[in-house]
Amino acid sequence: MPVSLLWAVDVYGRVFSLSTGGQQWEHCCDAVLEFKRLTAVQQCCWGIACDHHIYLNVHASDVPIRYQEEAYENQRWNPVDNFSDRLLPSDRWQWSDITGLEHKPLDGFLLPSTNWEWEGDWYIDENFGGEPTEKGGWTYAIDFPATYTIDKKWNSCVRRRRWIRYRRYKATDTWAKIPSEGQSGPLPDPFNDISCGGWEISEEPRGRLSLWAVSLQGKVWFRGGIHHHTPEGMSWEEVSLPGEVVQISCGPGDLVWAVLWEGQLIVREGITRDCPQGSSWVVVDSPNPEVGTIHVAVGVSVVWAVTKDNKVWFRRGINSHNPCGSGWIGMVGEMVMISVGLNDQVWAISREDRAVYFRQGVTSTELSGKAWKAVSVPRDGDIRPNSSTSTSSLHSAGCFFSGEVRAQSVMSEDSDTEADPQRAVHEVGASVSSPPSVHLSNDPEAPKPRIPKVTSDSFISEMLSDRETKRDGAAATSIPEEEVTPGDAEAKSPPPALVLSPSQSGGPGDPQWSTVDLEEAQTHLAVGPAAGRGDSSDTCSLSSVVTCMLGLEGLYGPDDHPLWAWVSGGGCAVDCHTQLNWFNSVTALTSSIQAMSLSVSPAQTAAWRKQIFEQLNERSKREIDNFKHYEQAIEQSVWVKKGTMQWWRDWKPHKWVDVRFALEQFSGPEGHKDGIVFLYYNFNEEKKYLHAFINEVTILVPVLNDSKHTFAIYTAERTKQRWPIKLAAATEMEMHDWLALLSVSCCDSRGIQGPPSKQAIWSITCKGDIFVSEPWPSLEACPYPTPCDQMFWRQVGGHLRLVECNSVGVVWGLGYDHTAWVYTGGYGGGFFQGLASSTDNIFTQTDVKSVYIYENQRWNPVTGYTSRGLPTDRYMWSDATGLHECTKASTKPPSPHWTWVTEWAVDYGVSGGTDREGWQYAADFPTSYHGYKTLKDFVRRRRWARKCKLTTTGPWQEVPPIPLSDVTILPCGDQSVVEQIPLWAISNKGDVLCRLGVTLLTPAGTSWLHVGTDQPFKSISIGGASQVWAIARDGSAFYRGSVSTQNPAGDCWYHIPSPARQKLKQVSVGRTSVYTVDENGNLWYRQGLTPSYPQGSSWEHISNNVRKVSVGPLDQVWIIADKVQGSHSLSCGTVCHRLGVQPMEPKGQAWDYGIGGGWDHITVRGNNIEAPRVRMPSLTDALRPPSTLAARPLPAGNTENGNAVQC
Amino acid sequence: MIADDKDVLRDVWFGRIPTCFTLYQDEVTEREAEPFYLLLPRVSYLTLVTDKVKKHFLKVMKAEDVEEIWFEYEGTPLKWHYPIGLLFDLHASNTSLPWSITVHFKNFPERDLLHCPCNSVIEAHFMSSIKEADALKHKSQVINDMQKKDHKQLWMGLQNDKFDQFWAINRKLMEYPTEEGGFRYIPFRIYLTMSDRPFIQKLFRPISPDGHTHTLGDLLKEVYPVAIANEAKRYQVVIHGIEPLLETPLQWLSEHLSHPDNFLHISVIPAPSD
Repeated sequence: MPVSLLWAVDVYGRVFSLSTGGQQWEHCCDAVLEFKRLTAVQQCCWGIACDHHIYLNVHASDVPIRYQEEAYENQRWNPVDNFSDRLLPSDRWQWSDITGLEHKPLDGFLLPSTNWEWEGDWYIDENFGGEPTEKGGWTYAIDFPATYTIDKKWNSCVRRRRWIRYRRYKATDTWAKIPSEGQSGPLPDPFNDISCGGWEISEEPRGRLSLWAVSLQGKVWFRGGIHHHTPEGMSWEEVSLPGEVVQISCGPGDLVWAVLWEGQLIVREGITRDCPQGSSWVVVDSPNPEVGTIHVAVGVSVVWAVTKDNKVWFRRGINSHNPCGSGWIGMVGEMVMISVGLNDQVWAISREDRAVYFRQGVTSTELSGKAWKAVSVPRDGDIRPNSSTSTSSLHSAGCFFSGEVRAQSVMSEDSDTEADPQRAVHEVGASVSSPPSVHLSNDPEAPKPRIPKVTSDSFISEMLSDRETKRDGAAATSIPEEEVTPGDAEAKSPPPALVLSPSQSGGPGDPQWSTVDLEEAQTHLAVGPAAGRGDSSDTCSLSSVVTCMLGLEGLYGPDDHPLWAWVSGGGCAVDCHTQLNWFNSVTALTSSIQAMSLSVSPAQTAAWRKQIFEQLNERSKREIDNFKHYEQAIEQSVWVKKGTMQWWRDWKPHKWVDVRFALEQFSGPEGHKDGIVFLYYNFNEEKKYLHAFINEVTILVPVLNDSKHTFAIYTAERTKQRWPIKLAAATEMEMHDWLALLSVSCCDSRGIQGPPSKQAIWSITCKGDIFVSEPWPSLEACPYPTPCDQMFWRQVGGHLRLVECNSVGVVWGLGYDHTAWVYTGGYGGGFFQGLASSTDNIFTQTDVKSVYIYENQRWNPVTGYTSRGLPTDRYMWSDATGLHECTKASTKPPSPHWTWVTEWAVDYGVSGGTDREGWQYAADFPTSYHGYKTLKDFVRRRRWARKCKLTTTGPWQEVPPIPLSDVTILPCGDQSVVEQIPLWAISNKGDVLCRLGVTLLTPAGTSWLHVGTDQPFKSISIGGASQVWAIARDGSAFYRGSVSTQNPAGDCWYHIPSPARQKLKQVSVGRTSVYTVDENGNLWYRQGLTPSYPQGSSWEHISNNVRKVSVGPLDQVWIIADKVQGSHSLSCGTVCHRLGVQPMEPKGQAWDYGIGGGWDHITVRGNNIEAPRVRMPSLTDALRPPSTLAARPLPAGNTENGNAVQC
Repeated sequence: MIADDKDVLRDVWFGRIPTCFTLYQDEVTEREAEPFYLLLPRVSYLTLVTDKVKKHFLKVMKAEDVEEIWFEYEGTPLKWHYPIGLLFDLHASNTSLPWSITVHFKNFPERDLLHCPCNSVIEAHFMSSIKEADALKHKSQVINDMQKKDHKQLWMGLQNDKFDQFWAINRKLMEYPTEEGGFRYIPFRIYLTMSDRPFIQKLFRPISPDGHTHTLGDLLKEVYPVAIANEAKRYQVVIHGIEPLLETPLQWLSEHLSHPDNFLHISVIPAPSD
């Protein structure tokens, strides 16, 4: 899980964030203002500042928020001027949008707000549907609106071209003010509460959010149009109400609850993806009719509430069909507010000590959790007081609460906002004096004078005003010029005791510091015993603290803990399994933490460990290496493991039969362990057996499905037949035991142990299992390579969709959920227990994927579309083919390792589009579907998706936070550990990214550099001499110019025309070869690449039925092929190796077939092992057709491209 | 890549001492006895791995001249119930290899050695060591939760030199609750060449009461401070033929450098005077 933030505001309005990976509250230094409320989501945090304006803090990302503006330039041909901007009166605007209906002059495009900036100037888009126009971007047509083509014809009367310009959101990691504009002018009154959520309602448009706000007068406003490209949203819309609202909470999904002044709750109904603001309210009574509710917090399927007596309540029976739930359950603990975050995790601020509490044990089955646990970590300010922030907060607080107007104190951009704070103050005053929120702070009779009665706002203002009084008094002596307030709008007169004599305050040091100390002293004081809260004791303790502080700087005892006013966990991604380091009180446990950490993490590099490793090596040199000819004392004996299993028998009719299974292990001649597996079965009452030598087994593949615990054993022979030995164990555990044992045995027999080498070939099956093979030099030998069906593959723990490596051992993987993972150098994980697995480098890995089923309906004249089909029809609930019945209830996750994490939901993101309910229409099953209904459509279907999650272990560590869809690493030669290794990637949104800081020591790198493109991309590859090729989502190819070590991101894209009528989908670049695969499974080789013209000249067709290609650092070509015929069956997804690839013959001659089917991905980009040089001139010359020799793409002796180690 | 701790376990298990067995000169033979060369596993026991030696010498001896076999190095009878590696470190470190052991078939030194009539005696000794170690580490909870066949597998693993077989079970004996940071007590024995006591054994925890990790140095300071006294290095502290640094955490040592009997056997020997 990537690191995410918990946000909180302390009673002084200072904003802090706490990272899930951190152990300290970080002060949000940018916050010039004090804040009252925050509502965080993962990508941003909204807040209400003390000026009652709303501010937005968008978290900076390596991928900026960019928006593409476009305009079309239209021209018409006339005999005089040829094509010119002189259009007919009936024509469209000369500058227009794509439809031509709207006038769009280039200078009419304005930045939406001051938070945006232009990236560059307008330029012409030369790309037309994946084809470069090469004619200034013009496309031609007979007339407007018509079909445009690249070619100018005799009848082309009009032409147009597209101009584009990008604007970029620049106000990241800073608080940007959101104007309080309603649809008709400024909003009548300022905001009092805010809540952000709703991102699970719809994935379109990307990053969509709902923002709800409550004004001081109790009105509710909804902000629309917030999504990735418009983070600030569009405008406020008022939502009608049954009463006056004090507080509102919006969950990640469709739950929205609010609290009324009278203490009841209201629940929003009718929230859907088409109507995110919902339609109506339903009233729910307060948990305790005597005591009204003051606060509510909702998640995906939970509602928590706090009543005026600070009791905490949990709402039973909440689900998407019943947003109101069924009843209240009282919980332990007294809280002032609660925040529900991701995964329905809960945070709260306690009434007693104002500490932030985390609810432990909240799981999907136990949503109410188990217990409250205090988050006790220090704040950065506690450790080293920051004079500038403290003083600045003094300034703004001072001028704000004294009603003073001071220009530098607010983030003011124009003159009329300067008046705002003042107005806001008056309104605060008004609201505070309104009935339920009684200001009791100065009432000595009140038992708990500082507990807020309605919202914690009054608490903040109370504390602030309280602090203000004292600060004023103290500051008056130390920095008088700052605090000469002519009007003295102070409501409270400074207590006399606070007038410090100069001798007390005039210690050495500058006056600014004494102010800082006072502030810290105040914090210190505020947590003191309750007795210190009365006015008189307050003042005297203050004065004593002041003197004390002046004498002893930096005295912050362990009881100096922050007082919190507000917390928001909406962006904090934790679940009940997350290891948080938030709960250790630092002072109490520092020593033990340090002691423990000594033996845990730095131990890896500790001298003592190195010493032991070195000495053990020396010992074996000394005691064993010279005496290898001595006899061993213990002779290895045979070791047998037996069991019963089921076997998918080889002959027809195929079926599962019970067999006895045995593994016999013994020592081979050279000390290598070896073994034989035996499979005993009965055939016609006769006992027979089948056996396989362990050293001939090439791979063990788990084929776990929901009905049987199956695995397959391949040998080279069985790979040729495409018919493995398929076995099923009785239980999952038994299967894993056998797999682990057989795997160890196979590795032993081949003398393989430890992590894969840097040259290893990695591959991934369609189930996400990861395999690795150690390449032999003879694999690429010419003319007699080792057949690739003899390669031995062993499994590595983890679950990935794609893996890429290079020849120095940097390996990255991408999960089905697009999470990026970096290889840690370990081995094992998953079901490999004990010794087959390394201990230090194995981590938890999760992956999420969707399972899809289809709902099918047929139209009939009486009832319209119903789920009653014709007898010949497919199942009304089916898989994509319609052949298998898949109902919501019967469909299970892909294997027992996967668990559902969502409910079934209609999937609107189907290719071909859908209507508003997700239906796709067609004339009949099975045909092509479209997203709208026509008269000819008699059937319709819609896709339902449900996400499931896998948790496993493997030698992988997450590279947060950007999800990726492709990655490539430059194959480079031996290099120093600090040299940068070029790594490029495509984000799952199609952004091209270049990773900085990737070295042998830090294979995960440090940050992303965004590389601008005009359209989303889908595939990328970097090869010899830093050549970068990429494929856009529209299927066109691009070459990146001028990429070098000095200029790792290159400078511009060159559009390369695709092969005729083909959309490319994947590219791989080797030392000099460039190969692509198109969407129809054709493999293309780029002809004519030279160092001076690296873009090449044309595409040459190599093969069909290709799913993926990987070109290695020596220009080796490996593919995943579809439809490979074996002697027993046909396989899809097979690893194939191009034979006969040589420097003079980069296209090779034929395919050699390896392991498969069911393979999805392979990378040979780590294998830079040169084949042994067997010079047989006569033979190789004979193999090479003379024509190819003449048309060789690259001159011999090409020094720049001929070297694999360029990077 | 950083080498893995698993490799340490393998190195420890597969440690071998090249040994030359010669028959004691006074033994009566029919013809001259050739010396016998063998790689002895450091973690095993002499009488468990010397069947071949015995067979070799019996070929040149008359049955009536043969009594119980025993071994001696430079006049010191070698205790079969100490692991071979320990015997070597204690008596023969810093000497040239192969290790020259004299084989006796007469005059069994009753005062110095235990009798070893058969392998089941070794097994009993080995298992009792493991049980004692687990009593220290886990109040015997782990070993008592194991089945008889698991115990057998530990022994068979050692007897047949099956690293995987042994560690499949022994792994459980090396576990401990994460929150405790280590075993209850570290099973260790410190052997001194210059002492009458066979070895030193005390209760010692891997973590100090204030949460610090105890190191090898801490242990020696507590148990045998002479070994690490300040003056010019007088003693070597040897485990499995190597000298770990004194700051090595004791818990790590116990998990990785213990013998199969689960004890950390530490030899303190005089430093060679060059």
